[in-house]
Amino acid sequence: MLELERIRGDFPILSRQVHGRPLVYLDNAATTQKPRQVIAALVEFYERHNANVHRGVHTLSQEATDLYEATRAHVARFLGAEREEEIVFTRGATESINLVAHAWARENLSPGDEIVLTPLEHHSNLVPWQIVAHERGAALRFIQIDAEGRLELDSARRTIGPRTRLVAVAQMSNVLGTIAPVKELAALAHAQGALILVDGAQSAPHLPVNVRELDCDFFACSAHKMLGPTGVGVLYGRRRLLTQMAPYQAGGSMIASVERECSTYAPAPTRFEAGTPNFADVAAFDAALDYLDALGMDAVREHELALTRYATERLSATPGVVLFGPRNPAQRGGVIAFNYRDLHPHDVGMILDHQGVAVRAGHHCAQPLMQLLDVPAVLRASLYLYNTAAEVDALVEALAAAGALLGRRAPAA
Amino acid sequence: MNADAELDELYRDGIVEHYRRPHHAAPLARADASAEGMNPLCGDEVRVELRFDGDRVAEGAAWGRGCAICQASASMMTDEITGLAIDDAERLIGAVEAMLKSGAEPDEDLGDLDALRGVAKFPVRVKCALLPWKVLRDALDERGSSES
Repeated sequence: MLELERIRGDFPILSRQVHGRPLVYLDNAATTQKPRQVIAALVEFYERHNANVHRGVHTLSQEATDLYEATRAHVARFLGAEREEEIVFTRGATESINLVAHAWARENLSPGDEIVLTPLEHHSNLVPWQIVAHERGAALRFIQIDAEGRLELDSARRTIGPRTRLVAVAQMSNVLGTIAPVKELAALAHAQGALILVDGAQSAPHLPVNVRELDCDFFACSAHKMLGPTGVGVLYGRRRLLTQMAPYQAGGSMIASVERECSTYAPAPTRFEAGTPNFADVAAFDAALDYLDALGMDAVREHELALTRYATERLSATPGVVLFGPRNPAQRGGVIAFNYRDLHPHDVGMILDHQGVAVRAGHHCAQPLMQLLDVPAVLRASLYLYNTAAEVDALVEALAAAGALLGRRAPAA
Repeated sequence: MNADAELDELYRDGIVEHYRRPHHAAPLARADASAEGMNPLCGDEVRVELRFDGDRVAEGAAWGRGCAICQASASMMTDEITGLAIDDAERLIGAVEAMLKSGAEPDEDLGDLDALRGVAKFPVRVKCALLPWKVLRDALDERGSSES
């Protein structure tokens, strides 16, 4: 059981007021709030250890390098990777996926090859594949989802075939919260000699993740969605893959030796970290991982499962609410998409904001999913380890305020 | 300003009324010009149809899927342009754009459209209020090009 009062006390921003009301922050799929410990780690880095990494002979540079590499080792343990060398730091999950698209897919796809995706994908796990497929004459295929937004395994079996070279799938949907059957998809992919990339931007913060148990070839996530600073992403890649991949960005740090006409490259993961990395934020990310370790990801999931159950029950019991996503809380995370009456999400979202409730309204970087649901936009409330049942109640009350202000539309005259 | 008063600035009575019961929100029996537009970021869509009588807009209709601000703006627009000379309609589009972007009191009396002035304080929603007017301009341009 999480001790919510103590935890909430660790997050300074949660005591803010918005429009004269207590902040009810339910936009965690967009970004998460930071505990004091992470903020302090960043401040301490700049106050005591700031220097560029990997290059210097002086003490500060060594300290900074040690902190940077300590985070790498910590991420490897957190994700269950076998080796630190399998962890690459990027700017975010989007860049991690683009790295695979450029450094692996571009070099390894031939005309007629197929990349298998789902209609749930965030644009970051769709658009890079569109570009690569177009360039290499490959095709995109999509696994079907059912009315609740769950992946249909039968469809996966039909769609992942001999031409498949890559399956790319979000472990947790950033709109519907659907948890994908990654292990089964990995098995299907590998049976066809294909690789599987998992977009873990929403899963790594909310579920215990073990990349070896999932048996995935690549895994991407973002620090800022898991209590860490912005500007830091992770790409996990199987060692034998990373060692064979061409560089993504080129410049300093990723080289071994440089002459006028040609260069040789550093081994992975350094090969994929060109230029000065975001070392201060990487160092502070370690404190976020410490925080999650201390709570335990099983406990985080347990809390969110209970809160998601409560939220979906209260929302489905509220007249006028249309809920999307899996009905069974065990099949989903705490990302809850919904609409309210026939009101536009922007109007509802703005009125909720004036009640202190922060949710997101729009297409959530998932326009193909909006088209599939046949809605221009949806509201999205997304929970995290510091949210409470009382905050869910506040969301429901604020919805009533939106209904009162904008009412039900009378038929056109 | 407290939270409720701020919201009242945006969702003024005029706007809510036009949203609840939009005027001229159905296809015309006969349309001389039409155009469609959308705001990809928020999903507002508007279709505008116009019927002309010589140099005047005899009838205008606007409807679509969108937020309260967009729909109300579209509804108010159809009221204001009915019977208006085409040149005046084009000038009106400019006046509304200026008002929405600056929030300043317009030089001319814009009637019901004054209710839109509050939107200027909410930059995120200005695009919503502007969309029907952009589509109107496209519809008027369509007529212009089919004439020449």
